[in-house]
Amino acid sequence: MNKKVSLFSILVIMLLSSILITISLGSVPIPLGTTAKILLNKLPAIDIERTWNIVQEDIILSLRLPRIFLAMIVGAMLGTAGIAFQGVLRNPLADPYILGVSSGAAVGAASAILFVNPASFLANIAIPLFAFIGAILSLLMVFGIAWRRKGDNVSLILAGVVVQSFLGAVLSFTITISGTKLKTIVFWMMGSFASSSWREVLFLIPYLALGFLIIYAFYRNLNILTLGEQAAQHLGMSVERVKIILLVAASMLSAAAVSVVGIIGFVGLIVPHIIRILVGPDHKVLIPASCLAGAIFLLWSDTIARTIIPSMEIPIGVITALAGAPFFGYLLKKKRDKIC
Amino acid sequence: MLNLSNVPQNKKVFELQNVSFKYNGKLILQNISLQIPQGQITGILGPNGSGKTTLLKIISGINKPSQGEVFLYKRLIENYSRKELARHIAFLEQNDTISLPFTVREVVEMGRYPWLKPLSPLKTKDKELVDYVLECFDLTVKQNQIVGTMSGGEKQLVSLARAMAQEPQILILDEPTTYLDIGHQSMVMKYLYKWHREWKTTIIMVIHDLNLLSQYCDYFIVLDNGILIKNGVREEVLSKELLTKIYKTNLLVVKHPDTGVPQFLPCFNNKF
Repeated sequence: MNKKVSLFSILVIMLLSSILITISLGSVPIPLGTTAKILLNKLPAIDIERTWNIVQEDIILSLRLPRIFLAMIVGAMLGTAGIAFQGVLRNPLADPYILGVSSGAAVGAASAILFVNPASFLANIAIPLFAFIGAILSLLMVFGIAWRRKGDNVSLILAGVVVQSFLGAVLSFTITISGTKLKTIVFWMMGSFASSSWREVLFLIPYLALGFLIIYAFYRNLNILTLGEQAAQHLGMSVERVKIILLVAASMLSAAAVSVVGIIGFVGLIVPHIIRILVGPDHKVLIPASCLAGAIFLLWSDTIARTIIPSMEIPIGVITALAGAPFFGYLLKKKRDKIC
Repeated sequence: MLNLSNVPQNKKVFELQNVSFKYNGKLILQNISLQIPQGQITGILGPNGSGKTTLLKIISGINKPSQGEVFLYKRLIENYSRKELARHIAFLEQNDTISLPFTVREVVEMGRYPWLKPLSPLKTKDKELVDYVLECFDLTVKQNQIVGTMSGGEKQLVSLARAMAQEPQILILDEPTTYLDIGHQSMVMKYLYKWHREWKTTIIMVIHDLNLLSQYCDYFIVLDNGILIKNGVREEVLSKELLTKIYKTNLLVVKHPDTGVPQFLPCFNNKF
């Protein structure tokens, strides 16, 4: 119990200090102390003497803060989705990107943009809805291909690769024919936080909350599924129902994230792995810890993406893939013969 | 001669009436009617592919018979929910594996699942029961070990302990001693029998080792090619003629020097 409390305290402290540090970094460097003062001044009942100018305040509050929150929320969504996919599929290599779910969501979202004006109110519903449908369809395609080889981890991943390359081609095709809308769609290929605002942050919060609560409510089922589906059934679990609920929740999290920021791969792979090494196999701890760690991971990835080359921004998907692909290769080499 | 194969009415847990099971158009079980006695150890035997595991899956409610009816305590098995069944029946399949590094205690606690409401933690009563089960299987000192790192026999004990944490009245086992060496085989059977004597748990198991089967079981069901060949007590079923016929090999029958039950040895006439 004490171990868990200290773990979550460490994660929360890491998250808060990461916010403070990353918000100070950027093309206009702002001292940590000034950042802290600007943020504290915004809290009710705290009044701090102004030692900063309005431009600094504007950069912190209107540019960097929403972006940082968006990165954290998306990271939390992908980390939670990853732990759910890995748990349900009993596959340590599963991740929304590797399974092709992100590509499916991107194709869905892109086709919604083709038909609906992205600025209209309808787009608020149509884009995430189409992304969700795309995610579910891609998951069904992967299962269709890998079916009958349930115990085989690698064939599920291969099926994910097949679906992902097919949908990648569909996405490229959609971008090519989209003409003037090209610029709106193109960032789905590599993911981006460049156009972050509070609007996107508020839009994603309900999805994160709903997806997290559903997945967390099934933590015991995820633990028992590690015994195998048959054993879980013998223990009285309605295995098919539980699997469907969890896969839908994880797909929803991935689809909502993709519909706002595009495809960001490997977060759902790396984060649960590191957290499992740190806290062990119990999903009661793993799920909230992956959620927090996903936020920290993507916050730093985005900070690197926007600061490593001055006056230039690297797509966030490139950064996570640079870290994630070698990690995936390492896991594949280490674990291909074992279940985990 | 007395007809011993009919189980007294009030002492049966399962009753099968004309049960058949088809899979992919192939008849796996044919028109099986039998009863399984309460509080005893029932052994199911027969050559590979005779439908033994399928029979276990039918009585545990995992597979639905294509024809016929299965009753658990005189109530149709389809009328039980999955969770209700798990409160009556614990089922251990062959080679149970666990995919994450859980400890012995955590795995045994998973056996409480059918008794827990979603999200509710283990209560004191559940924890005491887990303590008791760990004690019975001499796993108390090993309760913080990672199951994945243990030997095959120890893993099997942990699985048994998990099944017992379900508080089942009926325990169904598919090949509980396969892949174990003779030492671990006797160890697993010893703990199983100890629990059975203490709690009068009805045990139904498929077991290939005829000698273990003869030693531990009270009631026997013989299947061959999906057909019920014979069911009854040891004297009726474990005869040289019957076993020679279904296994299509010559067997020598000797009495176990300690217990007097029949033991079976293959004949090596052809070897020389």
